[in-house]
Amino acid sequence: MNEEKVIEILGLTKKFKSLIAVSDLDLTVYKGDVFGFLGPNGAGKSTTIRMMLSLIAPTSGTIKIFGKSLLSNRKDILKKVGAIVEKPDFYNNLTAYKNLSILGRLSMGEVSRKKIMEMLELVGLEKRYKSKVKTFSHGMKQRLGIAQALLHDPDLIILDEPTTGLDPQGMKEIRDLMVLLSREKGKTIFLSSHILSEIEIIANRMIILDNGKEVVEGKVSELLNKNKLKVTFEVDDNNSARNILEGTIWQDKVYSSIDNKIVFILEPEDISSLNKLFVENNVAVSAVIPTRSLEEYFLNITEKSNR
Amino acid sequence: MTTLINIELFKIFKKWRTYIGFIAVALLVLVIQLAISISGRDATSGLTGQLSDSFIMVGNLLNGYFVSYMILNSIIVNVPFLIVLVAGDMLAGEATAGTYRILLTRPVSRFQVVLSKFLTSIIYSYMLIFWLAILSFVLGIILFGTGELIVLQNGLIIFAKDDIIWRFILAYFMAGLSMCTVAALAFFFSSLVENAIGPIITAMAIIIVFAIISAIPIDFFQTIKPYLFTNYLFSWRLFFDDSLNYVEIIKSLSVLLGHILVLFGITAYIFEKKDILT
Repeated sequence: MNEEKVIEILGLTKKFKSLIAVSDLDLTVYKGDVFGFLGPNGAGKSTTIRMMLSLIAPTSGTIKIFGKSLLSNRKDILKKVGAIVEKPDFYNNLTAYKNLSILGRLSMGEVSRKKIMEMLELVGLEKRYKSKVKTFSHGMKQRLGIAQALLHDPDLIILDEPTTGLDPQGMKEIRDLMVLLSREKGKTIFLSSHILSEIEIIANRMIILDNGKEVVEGKVSELLNKNKLKVTFEVDDNNSARNILEGTIWQDKVYSSIDNKIVFILEPEDISSLNKLFVENNVAVSAVIPTRSLEEYFLNITEKSNR
Repeated sequence: MTTLINIELFKIFKKWRTYIGFIAVALLVLVIQLAISISGRDATSGLTGQLSDSFIMVGNLLNGYFVSYMILNSIIVNVPFLIVLVAGDMLAGEATAGTYRILLTRPVSRFQVVLSKFLTSIIYSYMLIFWLAILSFVLGIILFGTGELIVLQNGLIIFAKDDIIWRFILAYFMAGLSMCTVAALAFFFSSLVENAIGPIITAMAIIIVFAIISAIPIDFFQTIKPYLFTNYLFSWRLFFDDSLNYVEIIKSLSVLLGHILVLFGITAYIFEKKDILT
């Protein structure tokens, strides 16, 4: 892995009066990373992103991007950053083309028609370039948001829930685009999402945030695949199954047993052995449902935040 | 900075509200010119009535210069309400639309953004005054011709034909400056909130309150009157004194410019420190 740090955040805190939106956050993003920034709604993701783009000032802590302090090198840093922050808002009374033209001029001084049309084509809006943005659906605005973020060919792309409002095909296209930008163009992508599966598909490293605090940070593959699994076995006869387990190594791995469902905490390679044990002893197994502990944890905090 | 100002001008001229001022000024000017044209010499009789008992008035007193003076005198007090429609929306409008998120994540400093928006408000204010000048002065001359200008300024003054145009140029400049002060006030309120209605109404309310205070003949109000910018909305008349009162002119310029600079300074400070939450 290339160890060049693109984003380095240390002790970042943001307080709004008595509310602590982000608390003592540390994170590092390396060049070429697709970094998943995961958390339920209200976890502090957008507040962190706003601080990374100097839209709001941190209460304490430091942000370095491309090895420079954001506070003293804002303009230099933003030249190399493209971003979508929360919902995509544009100058609604202007056309898609004119919006990009204005934003391109602000980023690069001048932007060619060819470049704007390329970007619109990339996000599938080339036929609507003359349409005013107020006639766009949320999904189309989201696409235009991606176009404006990529317009000046930035090295770092910060995307705050970029697939929100897109249809499944649109979501896939945007995910494919992010993979392309990362793998073929070497861009560093900081992707905020509240959907774990989305991060799992695209990101190589991730952090989970809850209530403004870091819960876990690391490689996606390690965090999601190398943990023990919570595996639910659905059996036809719970009593027979429990009798078979008695006195075996599996007995200590039972997490719960309700009705015909027995839940185990297992290593991934244990699943087939346990299944074989049941089948050989004439206990029919109708389903084996593995749940990764991190996934379950994330679902729990997401549900909690939605309540 | 030029790019930013061009972009801001483009943005405001893509908004319908920007044209309200131009349309309103055009309507007012045309209605007044039409009314004067129908009234004929009656329009000047208010000024010349008593004099005509002792003097014989000759020449074209109802001319384009007189009409322009009358129009400026009549509608300058209402132009602020048109200025605040645009200036009050300059910062708050971006907050309402949520477009700060795309604007302030570009490699431009916040000071550059706020300065370009402020200068755009100033340019708009002067454009509106220029529009007023074109319509009332140029159209006035075309419709009513030229002649001596008769004005009532601490007594009746009649200016010779060749002593008028420079006075109007400076008067329009001064009127524009007073409108810039109004723009600076609305711009300041625009930095405080995230909805343009508030700054527009607040700026209008302040203009009305200050104007009322200035008009009430109570000692306390008369003491504070020189410090209220509304007191200088009619400073353009100083250029129609028989001999110019330079002390008063410099005082007016200083008060108006002082207001503009202080209001912009506070606005820029607020904008630099502002958390963009919309």
